[in-house]
Amino acid sequence: MAELWLQFVLTIDATLRVATPLILCAMAGIFSERSGIIDISLEGKMLLSAFTAASVAALYGSPFLALGCAVIVSMLFSLLHGFACITHRGNQVISGLAINILASGLTVTVGIAIFAQGGQTPFLMSEQRFSAITLPFAETARHIPVFGTIYAEVISGHNLLVWIALLSVVITGYVLFRTTFGLRLRAVGEKPEAVDTAGISVTLMRYQAVLIAGFLCGIAGAYLSIAHGAGFVREMTAGKGYIALAAMIFGHWRPVPALLACLMFGFLEAIAARLQGVEVPFLGPMPTDLILVLPYVLTVILLAGFIGRAVPPRSIGQPYIKER
Amino acid sequence: MPFAVSMSGICKRFGAVTANDHIDLNVLSGDIHGIVGENGAGKSTLVSILYGFYTADSGTTEIAGIPYTHNTPADSIAAGIGMVHQHFMLVPNFTVLENIILGHEGYKQLSKSMDQARHMLSSLSQQYGLDVDLDAQVGDLPVSLQQRVEILKALYRDARILILDEPTGVLTPQETNQLFDILRALKKQGVTILLITHKLREIMAATDHVSVMRGGRMIAHLQTADTTPDQLAELMVGRPVQVQKQWHKANKGAAIVSVKDVQLTRSKTQNLLSDITFTVHAGEILGIAGVAGNGQSELLNILAGIIAPTAGHISYHDHHIDAGNPADPQKIKSLGVAHVPEDRHASGIVLPFTAAENAALGYEKNVSGGYGHAFLSPQSLRARCAKLMQRFDVRPADPNLKSSLFSGGNQQKLVLAREMSATPSVLLIGQPTRGVDIGAIEFIHQQLIDMRDKGCAIILVSVELDEIMSLSDRIMVMNNGRIMGLVEQATANVKDIGLLMAGVQ
Amino acid sequence: MRKPLPAWVDISIMPLINIAAAFVVAGIIIALIGENPFTALAVMIKGAFVYKGALGYTLYYTTNFIFTGLAVAVAFHAMLFNIGGEGQAMIGGLGIGFIVLSLDPILPPLLVILLAIPVAAIFGAIWGVIPGWLQARRGSHIVITTIMFNFIASSIMVWLLAGMLMAPGQMSPETRHFADGVSLMQIHHIGNALGWPMARSPLNLSFVIALIAAVAVWVLIWRTRLGYIIRATGHSEKAVIYAGHDPARIIMIVMAISGGLAGLMALNEILGVQERVILNFTSGYGFTGIAVALMGRNHPFGIVLASLLFGALYQGGAELDFEFQTITREMVLMIQGLIILFSGALALMFVPAAERIYGKLASADRSSDTRKGEQNG
Repeated sequence: MAELWLQFVLTIDATLRVATPLILCAMAGIFSERSGIIDISLEGKMLLSAFTAASVAALYGSPFLALGCAVIVSMLFSLLHGFACITHRGNQVISGLAINILASGLTVTVGIAIFAQGGQTPFLMSEQRFSAITLPFAETARHIPVFGTIYAEVISGHNLLVWIALLSVVITGYVLFRTTFGLRLRAVGEKPEAVDTAGISVTLMRYQAVLIAGFLCGIAGAYLSIAHGAGFVREMTAGKGYIALAAMIFGHWRPVPALLACLMFGFLEAIAARLQGVEVPFLGPMPTDLILVLPYVLTVILLAGFIGRAVPPRSIGQPYIKER
Repeated sequence: MPFAVSMSGICKRFGAVTANDHIDLNVLSGDIHGIVGENGAGKSTLVSILYGFYTADSGTTEIAGIPYTHNTPADSIAAGIGMVHQHFMLVPNFTVLENIILGHEGYKQLSKSMDQARHMLSSLSQQYGLDVDLDAQVGDLPVSLQQRVEILKALYRDARILILDEPTGVLTPQETNQLFDILRALKKQGVTILLITHKLREIMAATDHVSVMRGGRMIAHLQTADTTPDQLAELMVGRPVQVQKQWHKANKGAAIVSVKDVQLTRSKTQNLLSDITFTVHAGEILGIAGVAGNGQSELLNILAGIIAPTAGHISYHDHHIDAGNPADPQKIKSLGVAHVPEDRHASGIVLPFTAAENAALGYEKNVSGGYGHAFLSPQSLRARCAKLMQRFDVRPADPNLKSSLFSGGNQQKLVLAREMSATPSVLLIGQPTRGVDIGAIEFIHQQLIDMRDKGCAIILVSVELDEIMSLSDRIMVMNNGRIMGLVEQATANVKDIGLLMAGVQ
Repeated sequence: MRKPLPAWVDISIMPLINIAAAFVVAGIIIALIGENPFTALAVMIKGAFVYKGALGYTLYYTTNFIFTGLAVAVAFHAMLFNIGGEGQAMIGGLGIGFIVLSLDPILPPLLVILLAIPVAAIFGAIWGVIPGWLQARRGSHIVITTIMFNFIASSIMVWLLAGMLMAPGQMSPETRHFADGVSLMQIHHIGNALGWPMARSPLNLSFVIALIAAVAVWVLIWRTRLGYIIRATGHSEKAVIYAGHDPARIIMIVMAISGGLAGLMALNEILGVQERVILNFTSGYGFTGIAVALMGRNHPFGIVLASLLFGALYQGGAELDFEFQTITREMVLMIQGLIILFSGALALMFVPAAERIYGKLASADRSSDTRKGEQNG
């Protein structure tokens, strides 16, 4: 029983670790899409920033510098997305897709050019990474039943970026619904002409939104390569950006529901990892591939309106054209 | 005393089109100043420039005697200009309060801005008698209240000059009068008002001065008291216009359209149409009047087979259609019913298609394929189109031209030509002259009268009451999805119909 | 003065400018990582066309791109963005696997092949029509659903190939080999049989099928009633309803055709080359189809040309692996991303400048004409 409890607590702990990049990307997606810009380039920006973070950490040793550079690179690609979709009124899906494919090619090409390790970066030492922060009394608390295990395993022992991810949910909620900036941002995604005639630049609002999205994606990428992992591996985002997009839709473009969706999807991944190779009576080995595909299946079912309806911001995907 | 607004030499081009050609405009402070002109005369462009929504290519503007170079709506708002756009600039899923403060919040923190605005707005709405529930969602409000929100929004920004662009299109005659009362109250408080409209009746009723625009130019400035609707119409069009009715008495034939107890429900509680029963005879025009959104569009779409009614039945000649067994548009067409849809740009034509392609929309099967049933040959599409263009005087008569490059009037003529090509016995037509210039309006009206005289039964839906009254043999008035009354041409007058439109029986 | 561009400039010059921009940026990146972009280009051209058998390989890649490019383009004509070509091709391959593995012990090879071709299309069509149905009848956005369907298809493949379809005694996730003769004939065999000696290459009969598909798509879109309605659906669903057609039905038909074309891509890889079903045989060709369709302006002729370019890039890119330490075939992925960016998302970027230049040229032309006129007069 105690063993099962520990297994459960460890799965919850893993859930949080797996969900961290999803949460950051989902918040990024919320900012972008609430302003009316579809962002399927979460995946690509995360990949680029994961690569940047690992490279800078490997070359200069400072995880904070690495994080900073990752964020800047991600924001630069947000600018590119904005340049295509806002300034040149390009198709937002196509632009996002271009960035994703570009990211796949660019990370490997530059990676080989710098490190000559087939597109990987060197293994990072612990001082080059964000390491786990053990909270006070975690070791002593471990022996207290229930709460103690939760404190020691789930709450303590996470790195800084996990906490930043959770904080980002609070900040996103506050900014969107409690500030003037948030009011304008939401308005621009619903009815840009109303914002324009009220004397606010739609272009500027949307650029700000995509830049914030880039900022958050950058942290997510850095988390993958210099906090959760210890270096960059090609295609290391492995569809996480798309899962985050799914979580955002699942959460109806709202921060807290999106957080819950991220945790649910993270839990599925964590549990699939735990069940790997476990024999199920009559079925043989656990079909973990099928557990991993659940987020996608659930999102399809949600979008089809079989479990509630996901209504996106009204003007999403449409470039704002003022003059006829 | 300086003018409230003084614009001179304003020019604005969009690509090859000159929307404003050296426009001068002077508006007296505290005046209600009307600007009239046909569609495409450049009125909206001019006020959009004044509001900073577009930037003029050249020309100068003075506000209250101070030279003013503004480029953005923000500058204009700061200069005391407010605008109520034809299509409301409101976020439907925001509350009234959120919409009013948008862009003018005052504080970074939303709750503080809201508290301050709530306080200010209560005194504002008292001062002008503009009552609205600040916490209602804008999307749930009727259009007349949404318009009130727009006016409040402008006043909240301290507008001293208020521009209203076609504000009455969505209002009943009574609501229009209420709006004019509000405008007069604003005038008393010293607000200068610019009223853009194409309805001469409203100019005569509400304004002190009027400016007339035609084809991108300013034609005349007049004192309203010194002019007549006929004079204004002539100035708008540039030649004498036949203002009297084209209507003459009809030779009614047998009843060929009969609609009985038609219902349309959206949800358990919401009826879009209830108890619709009427008949139309051969050689008769039945006009359906009503403020936009009172069920006329749905009725027209049901008659055309585009939406299925929840209950009731319809018959064309001897063919009966009921709710349990609805007909699709192809079937309806085969019964000799043609349909010119209300929304030409969305339904009537496919804008990026060529004229030749659009001339076959819905009649693809009538184009001789050449290779067999599944195929369409471009040559036969073009030949068919050329014939229709000639018969209905569509200009330019080029079947290969993209439909978006034709003027509204010529697009509408092409649609009409296409629908007439099957020589229908029933014509359903919605907003026949929306976005159409006066020359084409006369042509289209004459075609409708001619068709009627040849024995066609016509059901005409229009929000232009003047159009309904000048063409219809009988007028059916709708309000909130119900028939409020049927009026014979001989006894029809604006006041009674207006009351029926407002739902007063 | 800006002047709207004439159609011929719009369909010939503008795409070339956009592609050129993509190559210039790629060249700059190559230079930044310390290699000579022109040398790289020379290596790629040699690799794609010059070496013995190179052209065959190039055309073999081209085949994949024609199928996936057409798939994207057909959907684009109805303004549907089918990002699911990858998944549809996978499922098409799975269909081939099912039919061949179950029938090749009992039926003659030719019959199995003739059955496998429509089955590939049907399986792909099914994987396309479900997102189509979800969009048409349930209102879910096709971009998101097709993305999700790619992942779902990929999981199904892993699950089946590592499970019930895995060849006995195998450790890698793939099926057993198809029976002898169950494959599309390779072109060099045909050539040699006809007395034209050809270098060995994986180019096979599916290339011919791809060209036929391109012609069929052209006829469909521009010469049939269905194509007319498909294009109308793309521009205005309301107009289609008004004309008496059901846009939901059209959307499903279009997605079936689109998915079917993507499914046919599996012919080239599974029935033409591998002769068994393997994991990840689609290698991102479904996504390349998007670049191909954008570059080819959704016109079958343009798509064949764009496919040829991408075929050359892929084959030439493989050559980069041998010749350079630092640049690899991932370079091609980068170029592909840049092409999607410039021909797709930034397609309008150069238009204002081009209009200005064209306006100048046109007015210069006219003024010289009038001068001539004056002299004559």
